[in-house]
Amino acid sequence: MLGRGLLGIEDLDRDDIEKILDTAMKMKEIGERDVKKVPTLRGRTIINLFFEPSTRTRTSFEIAGKRLSADVVNFSPSSSSLTKSESILDTAKTLDAMDPDAVVIRHKVAGVPKRIADELNAPVINAGDGAHEHPTQALLDMMTVLEEKGRLDGLTVTIIGDIAHSRVARSNIYGFRKMGAEVRVAGPPTMLPSHVETLGVKAFTSLREALDGADVVMALRIQTERLSGAAFPTVREYSSTFGLDRQKMRFAKDDAIVMHPGPVNRGVELSHDLADRRPSVILDQVRNGVALRMAVLYLLAGRRKPAV
Amino acid sequence: MAKILIRGGRVLDPASGRDEVADVLLANGVVEAVGAQLSAPDAELIDATGCWVTPGFIDLHTHLREPGQEYKEDIASGGRSAAAGGFTSIACMANTNPVNDDPSVTDYILERARQDSPVRVYPVAAATKGLAGEVMTEMVALAKAGAVAFSDDGKTIMDSGMQRRVLEYSKLTGKPVMVHAEDRCLVNDGVVNEGPVSTKLGLPGNPAIAEMVHVARDIQLAELTGAHLHVAHVSTAGAVVLIREAKNRGVHVTAEVSPHHLTLTDEATLGFSTNAKMAPPLRSALDVAACVGGLADGTLDAIATDHAPHAVHEKDVEFTAAPPGILGFETALPVVLGLVRSKSLTPLQLIASLTLNPARVLGLPQGRLEAGAPGDVVVIEPERKWIYDPAKGFSKSRNSPWAGQEMQGRVLSTIVRGRLVYHADRGVLFP
Amino acid sequence: MANDDPGSAEHARATSDAAAQSESLLLDDAAIRRALMRIAHEIIEKNEDLSRLYLVGIPNGGVPLSRQLQRNLKEIAGVDSLIGVLDTTLYRDDLVSSGARPRLRRTEMPSAVDERIVILVDDVASTGRTIRAAMDALMDFGRPRAVQVAALVDRGHRELPIKIDYVGKNVPTQHGDRVQMRGPEDALEVVLVKGGSTAGAAEPRAQRAASERST
Repeated sequence: MLGRGLLGIEDLDRDDIEKILDTAMKMKEIGERDVKKVPTLRGRTIINLFFEPSTRTRTSFEIAGKRLSADVVNFSPSSSSLTKSESILDTAKTLDAMDPDAVVIRHKVAGVPKRIADELNAPVINAGDGAHEHPTQALLDMMTVLEEKGRLDGLTVTIIGDIAHSRVARSNIYGFRKMGAEVRVAGPPTMLPSHVETLGVKAFTSLREALDGADVVMALRIQTERLSGAAFPTVREYSSTFGLDRQKMRFAKDDAIVMHPGPVNRGVELSHDLADRRPSVILDQVRNGVALRMAVLYLLAGRRKPAV
Repeated sequence: MAKILIRGGRVLDPASGRDEVADVLLANGVVEAVGAQLSAPDAELIDATGCWVTPGFIDLHTHLREPGQEYKEDIASGGRSAAAGGFTSIACMANTNPVNDDPSVTDYILERARQDSPVRVYPVAAATKGLAGEVMTEMVALAKAGAVAFSDDGKTIMDSGMQRRVLEYSKLTGKPVMVHAEDRCLVNDGVVNEGPVSTKLGLPGNPAIAEMVHVARDIQLAELTGAHLHVAHVSTAGAVVLIREAKNRGVHVTAEVSPHHLTLTDEATLGFSTNAKMAPPLRSALDVAACVGGLADGTLDAIATDHAPHAVHEKDVEFTAAPPGILGFETALPVVLGLVRSKSLTPLQLIASLTLNPARVLGLPQGRLEAGAPGDVVVIEPERKWIYDPAKGFSKSRNSPWAGQEMQGRVLSTIVRGRLVYHADRGVLFP
Repeated sequence: MANDDPGSAEHARATSDAAAQSESLLLDDAAIRRALMRIAHEIIEKNEDLSRLYLVGIPNGGVPLSRQLQRNLKEIAGVDSLIGVLDTTLYRDDLVSSGARPRLRRTEMPSAVDERIVILVDDVASTGRTIRAAMDALMDFGRPRAVQVAALVDRGHRELPIKIDYVGKNVPTQHGDRVQMRGPEDALEVVLVKGGSTAGAAEPRAQRAASERST
C-alpha cells in the first residue's frame, strides 16, 4: 500500500509498483521534449537531506524535482549524531518546520529515514539507508528491465557482488520478487549475508551457475576501500572470479542485459567493453532514474499528515 | 524498629523447598519465624492473602551509573527502582566514571548506598585497570573494601593470556570473575544478532559464535586454573550447551541470564527500535528456548537483569550509534512470571533463580526465608495486571522495550533488613 | 444473497430500472459520425491553409475522435493532417494536496508544433479548465501558429474565458449531471447521467474532479 512516503520496496505491493512504473513511463516523455518542464509541482519545495554524500542520486532527484517545476534545496549535514552538535532528529525537525512538500533522505545507517518519517509532517522518500533499502534505485531498475523485456514475470535476475552490504540488492530482491521474477544472488561466501535464502533468493558462489539462463545480470559496485584484505583478498582476484566480461556473459541467455547502479569500477565488476555498450543498459538506467524519481515526487509530494 | 507480620501468603522458600500458605514474622532486621498462624499483636500487619511471599530478589548484574553518569541513573534512583522491582540486594558493575578499579571508588559506592539506597548494594570491581584489559587490579584490596566479584563487563578481555592470569589471581580472593563473553573480532561492528533479521534490516550482524568462542575459552581457563568463572548474560544455545557440559565435568562455573534473553527474540528489532538494542543482542527463537531450558535444568543459575539505563537523547539516535542496554528492575518479575505461566518453570524454580542461586554465586547469606535469615522479603501479586510506563517508574531513564505494555504480576511490598522500604500503593518509603 | 431469493431479485431489477431511468442517450454512433463529418467541413471552411493542420487529441475521449477527424479531412478534401496525443494531467490546476494523484496518460507528439495550426480535440467540454491546461502544455512544446478547439459535446458551465471553435452538440446540463462518451472506437456513444435531486449544485469542486475530469 503506497502510503504517505516511500521508505522501502518491502512496504509496497504489486499494484503500487505497477502504478509507479506506469507513471514513470509516462514521465519519460518529458525528458525527450525541448522544454523539459511541466508545472505540476510549481511552488512546492523539496529538500534533499543527504547525510551521506552522493552526487548521482542527489542530482537525479534534483533534476526530477526541477522538471516538475518544484524548488529543490540540497542540505548535506555531517552524518553522525556523535560528531555534530545538532542531532539528526533536530536537523530534520528544523527543516520540517519550513514546510517542505517532500524530504528525500540518505543516511549511512539503516533505519534513519523511518525514524525521521515518524516525526515529520512532510512525506519522506528514502534515497538509501545503510544496507537496508534504496527503493528508487530498484524501481528504476525494474522500469529498465520492463522496457527491455516487456515484462517482469518469469524472468531470472542475477545480482552479483557484495550482497551483504548492499541496499540496492535488497530493494531489488523485494521488487523483482513481488513482480514475479526469480532472483539469484552471487558472490564470494564472505559477501553473502547470513540466511540470505530467507529473502526468497537462491545464493551462488559460482558465477557460472548463477548466470546460467539469466535474463538480467546486475553487477553491484565493489567498495574497493572495504574490499582489500577484508571480505576479499584483492581486487584482481574479485574481478577474475566475479567480474563480468563478454566471455562470462555467454553463460547467461543470449539476449540477457547487463545492469549496474553506478558508478562502475571499470575492470572490476565490468570489463571496459561491457561497461560501454550493449548488452549493458547502464545509461538507460540513469535516464530512467530521473523519470522514476519524477513519478515518485509527483505521486507523493505535498501529501501531508491529515490534520488531527 | 517495628515488627512486621506478613500473614496468609503462599511462602516460597527454595532453600527448604517450602511452598505453602504460612505467616512470616520479621523482627530486629531478621526473619524471626515462618509458620502457620503466627501471632504478633504489636507487629505491622501485611495481609498477603492470594500473594506469594519469597526471599528478596538478588540481582547479580546491574549498572547504577554512579560515579560519573548520574544524569541517567545514580545509586539512589537505581536503588529505588530495584526496591520497586522486588530486588533487595543488587550487585553493580564497575564501568562507571571513574571505573571502580580502586578501593576509593568502592568505598564511595558503598557510602552512597548506605545513605541513599533502600536496598543492599554490592559493588563488583573491575578485573583490569580502567577496563583496558592490560593490567590487573588490586583484587585483594578491592575485596577487602567490599567488592563481591570482579568483572570487566562492558568490555571483554581479548588477550587470553591476560584472562588466564585474572582467573588465576582471583583465587586469592575466593570471589567469582564475571565475564562478558564476546569475541570482539567476531562481533566486529555487529549490532543485531546475525541471522535473517540482520540480513533483512541491513544492519551489521553479531554472530552467536562470538559468545560461544569466548565461553569455550573461559571455561577451559577456569578448568585449568580452578577459579570461579561466572558467565554474565548468556544469550546463545551454544553457550548453554558448553556450560552444561562444563558443569557435568565439575568445572566451577556459574551463569546468569536476563529476562529479555528469556523472552524476546531479534525480531523485536524489526522497526529499528533502539530500545531493543542490547549487548549481547537479542537472539533467535531457538536461542531463547535453549536459555529457558538451561534455566529450568539448572545450567543457568540465576536471572540477572543487566539493568542498563541510558538517557533518551542517547538512545534516540541512529541504530548503530545508540548505546546498548535497557532498564530491568521494574519489569523483571512480570516478564519472568511468564515462564511460570507457560509452564517452563515451577514457581520454586523461578524464585530460586532470583534468590537462593544468585546468593550462592556471591556467597551471601540472603536468599532464604527461614528463621534467622536476613530480613529481606518480597510480597508479590502474581496475577495483578498493570501497564508499564517508564516515566512513572523510579529510574531516571526510560529505555525499555516494554514501555506501554500490559504486565502481569507485580511487587506489593519489599522489605529490606526487616524494614518496609517499598509498597505498591505508597511508593518508596526509605530512606 | 441467494439466487433463489425472490426478494433480492426484485430488488436488483428495481435498482437497475432506476439506473436506466437516470441515464439518457445524447448521441449514438451514427450521430457522432455525422457530427464529426460536419466538424471536418467546418475546419476546412475556416482555415485557408490546410497544409499545417495538427490534430491533438486529449485522452481518453479526444483520441479516437481525432483519428476520425483525420480520416474525414483526408476523405473530404485530401488533407493530410498530423496527429498527436497530449495528456493534460500534469498541467491541471486542481491536483489536491491530500488526495491520491490522478493516473497519467500517454503523451505522443511525434511532430513539432511550431508554425502549425493545432486543433485540440476533446470529447466533452465544460469548465474550460482542460482546454486551458492543454494550451499551457502546448506552449511547452513550441509556438503554434494558431490553436483551435473542437469538442464533440459542449455542456456549458464555463469557468474560464475559453471558446470552443467546433462543437458537435450543445447540451444544457445541471452541475451534478455527468456527460460521458464511451464504447469501442467503432461504436461510440455519449450519455447524460442525471445527478441527485438537490446534491447537484452543492457538490464541491474537489469531489467533482475526483469523479469526472473537470473539462
